[in-house]
Amino acid sequence: MLEVVDLACERGERRLFQGLNFSLKVGELLYVHGQNGSGKTTLLRTLCGLAWPAAGEVRWDGAEIRRLGDDYHRKMLYIGHLNGVKDDFTAFENLRVTGQLAGYADSEERALAALRRMELTACAELPGKVLSQGQRRRLALARLLLGDSKLWILDEPFSALDVKSVEGVQTVLSEHLDNGGMVVLTTHQEVEITSRRARHIHLGA
Amino acid sequence: MWAALRCVVMRDLTLAMRRRADVLTTLFFFVIVVSLFPLGVGPEMDTLRLMGPGVVWVAALLASMLSLGRLFSGDYIDGTLEHLVLAPQPLTVLVLGKIVTHWLVSGLPLVLIAPLLGIQYGLSADALWVLVLSLILGTPVLSLIGAVGAALTLGLRGGGVLVSLLVLPLYIPVLIFGAGAVDAQVTGLGPQAHLSLLGAFLVPALVFAPWAAGWALRISLE
Repeated sequence: MLEVVDLACERGERRLFQGLNFSLKVGELLYVHGQNGSGKTTLLRTLCGLAWPAAGEVRWDGAEIRRLGDDYHRKMLYIGHLNGVKDDFTAFENLRVTGQLAGYADSEERALAALRRMELTACAELPGKVLSQGQRRRLALARLLLGDSKLWILDEPFSALDVKSVEGVQTVLSEHLDNGGMVVLTTHQEVEITSRRARHIHLGA
Repeated sequence: MWAALRCVVMRDLTLAMRRRADVLTTLFFFVIVVSLFPLGVGPEMDTLRLMGPGVVWVAALLASMLSLGRLFSGDYIDGTLEHLVLAPQPLTVLVLGKIVTHWLVSGLPLVLIAPLLGIQYGLSADALWVLVLSLILGTPVLSLIGAVGAALTLGLRGGGVLVSLLVLPLYIPVLIFGAGAVDAQVTGLGPQAHLSLLGAFLVPALVFAPWAAGWALRISLE
């Protein structure tokens, strides 16, 4: 379970938000809303441990995430604005390296399965630099399907995706929630994910 | 842990092989800088023999620094550095892997070509051996210290200049004892003391630099 207690975040010298409290349980989806500059990305980066909170704590199963370190990283997957696609690696190699870093012995099979699910099999042997923006985004999202992270933290996952891919990603997210996963995401698009328990927070409101 | 180290080394080596031009730039820089001195100073063998070790070492310092910019910046720009920091592996090990690759790609070639360049300076066979030994012990220290500087200046405007200001003063001891080892061999004192000291720099650098660079990366990413 992810818990946020009295969280405050700053960017530069500016206080973005404070006193933020929420918790996320198994099978729950959290939408983070807010205008540009309201601190959505900062919140997401704080949730995954890349940014330090100005005050308050982020806890996973009761323990502070920085104290958990790698144990938390094993359970959490963050996909930010940057796709993290290496131009000089093929799509397949990009995913295989990610799988190896996560410590999967069968990272090749996992990479192929993830490519198939994201309908990227045709691009598997193409280097990252020739992929289109949408294909790169799909490749970034294919990391979700590599492993068994419980908590997905997604920053604008649908940007640059076409309608069909958006539907595909929606299905992936719904299945993850049905299987007892958790998702935190920001999006400017009107995307509804069929889930019993979707929650919303509005930043800067 | 070893699997993670091997994974990062293989990843970065593959990337370096696909960007061979970058690797060769460092090597050619080293070769050209070292070769310019005999042309500028003149073919006086005694003068050249005296300055040879120093010139080779200064050129190695500059060449190593030249390639520091690429150590983390590529991963930083495309976002894979976030993957490394958030990977369920000790960041120190991953950073060590990147530093090892940096040395394999930009330090080891210098070590291998140095004897050939040393001949231009009329160094004896013994002196050339000591030069190679001192470079083998010294260039990893350059990569290790440089990694901390590169991590600290990541994402800053004018980071390239800043990293030289940060890192070059820290390179001075390595330069003194590296070039000193060859001088000691030429003057008949024996290079053991200098080489031992270089080894003594390498061990703590190997332990602390990856850890420090890891923290610097965390700070740069925030």
